Amino acid sequence: MTSISRKALLQNIIVAAAFLNGFVIMTIELLGGRVLSPYFGTSVYVWGSIITIFMLSLSLGYLWGGRLSSRNPNPDTFALFFLAAAILSLPIIFVAEWTMTQVFLNVEDPRYGSLIACTLLYFLPIFFMGMVSPYSIRLLVSSEENSGRMAGLLYFVSTLGSALGTLMTSFYFVLWFEIDTIMWGSIAALLLCGAGVALVHRIPVNEASGVHRDEN
Amino acid sequence: MRIEDVICHWRQFSLMLLALLGVQAQAAEVLHEERSVYRNIFVTEEGGRRCLLFNAVRGERNQTCMNTANPREFVFHYAKMTMAGLLVNPQPQNILIAGLGGGTLPTALHEMYPDANIEVLEIDQAVVNVARDFFHYVENEKVVTHVVDARVFIKRAGLAGRKFDFIVLDAFTGEYIPEHMLTQEFLEEVKQILTPDGVVVANTFSTSALYDHESETYRAVFGDFFNMKMSGSGNRVIIAQQQPLPDAGVLRANAQPLHPVLEPYAVNILEFPARMSTRPDWDQSRRVLTDQFSPANLLGR
Repeated sequence: MTSISRKALLQNIIVAAAFLNGFVIMTIELLGGRVLSPYFGTSVYVWGSIITIFMLSLSLGYLWGGRLSSRNPNPDTFALFFLAAAILSLPIIFVAEWTMTQVFLNVEDPRYGSLIACTLLYFLPIFFMGMVSPYSIRLLVSSEENSGRMAGLLYFVSTLGSALGTLMTSFYFVLWFEIDTIMWGSIAALLLCGAGVALVHRIPVNEASGVHRDEN
Repeated sequence: MRIEDVICHWRQFSLMLLALLGVQAQAAEVLHEERSVYRNIFVTEEGGRRCLLFNAVRGERNQTCMNTANPREFVFHYAKMTMAGLLVNPQPQNILIAGLGGGTLPTALHEMYPDANIEVLEIDQAVVNVARDFFHYVENEKVVTHVVDARVFIKRAGLAGRKFDFIVLDAFTGEYIPEHMLTQEFLEEVKQILTPDGVVVANTFSTSALYDHESETYRAVFGDFFNMKMSGSGNRVIIAQQQPLPDAGVLRANAQPLHPVLEPYAVNILEFPARMSTRPDWDQSRRVLTDQFSPANLLGR
């Protein structure tokens, strides 16, 4: 029996994490419309607010994630992004109603109401999910020659994840589950990514460890 | 060849061409196209019928129609059925209508009850423009339009302690269902702005699984309600109240004085009481729709 090397396993886990990250981002974005609609309606500007805030938090996440990747890049830091995103997604389940009620009571205009509520609920978790992309590229790139190829692969899997997240959420999840249940699923997926990366990173490189073994 | 002959030939030729093009020959004339942030709106006219359509290209069913010879006439069954609410509350003073369409309903109610305050909620400014310009929708100090999402308006009206005694929910285009306006939480908010003797009239669907879910949701909030259907209409109308519903005798008694008033609108209110039933004819095991679970568009397939 041949087992793959720890490095290859870690690379695969990082790619899978980028996929799930893309998936979860779009799941949370699509649910955002449903979370906000009882307070701000479904007018075109509510979707405008959601997409604006998601794009903004992602863009700043990319910037910050890229910066961090130039200082001692390591899988543990990467795993922490997922942990942070998971924890910061909890308010969407537990304090969304309270938050939106406060915004609703204080902001008359549903355009700015939805923009503010959206910022409060989604900016931080999506910011951390944005950090995943550039950092994962840094972890995968081993040489200058393969950097473009790795970036392409990462864009591919994360955007494919986003496409599937959009499809599954809008076609099926909302029919099968309650919004909060889907949110718990997203949080679980994020934790799984973080835990997967951290654990594989901790597998001893030692040949005798039993996990990494070459029996040939 | 005399000039008349030329014209005559041309006319024959063009008629032939139109016949060959069949579809175009039968298609209604598009009077106007209004650009909207949601979907473009078309006003068509054919055979004395002026209609408001969303997405004319795909053969979308008419949203609302008006008989140009008699603009007061209610063309569709669902619009006629809305008037059944008057059997439950024959003297509305504060009317709230969610969904403008061509404005047929607020216009009729204003004519019938000139002293009543009518507020109309419409999400799309383009619909308001078209109703004004092509469907004789008149706004004045008694008829006020708000361009707003109905749920947002109703939530705010509830916080402000406002009350209405005749609420019409007609915000469904048939193409896309606003899912946040079918939920238990939304109906609770509607109930909050309803006077004790007020009535809620909802134009909804009579087909698909959504019918069962929606019926259960209304029952969870209002208890028993009148369910009204007319043959030849894909719609059903829900008539609900906070207090116990009147019996058939009261409905029939209320229909008598309304009959002459509603006749010019082509509404035969006398035949309505027999079509209003409180008997559940849906699958009562279906789940109530909530803000957490409202896949209305998926259930409506």
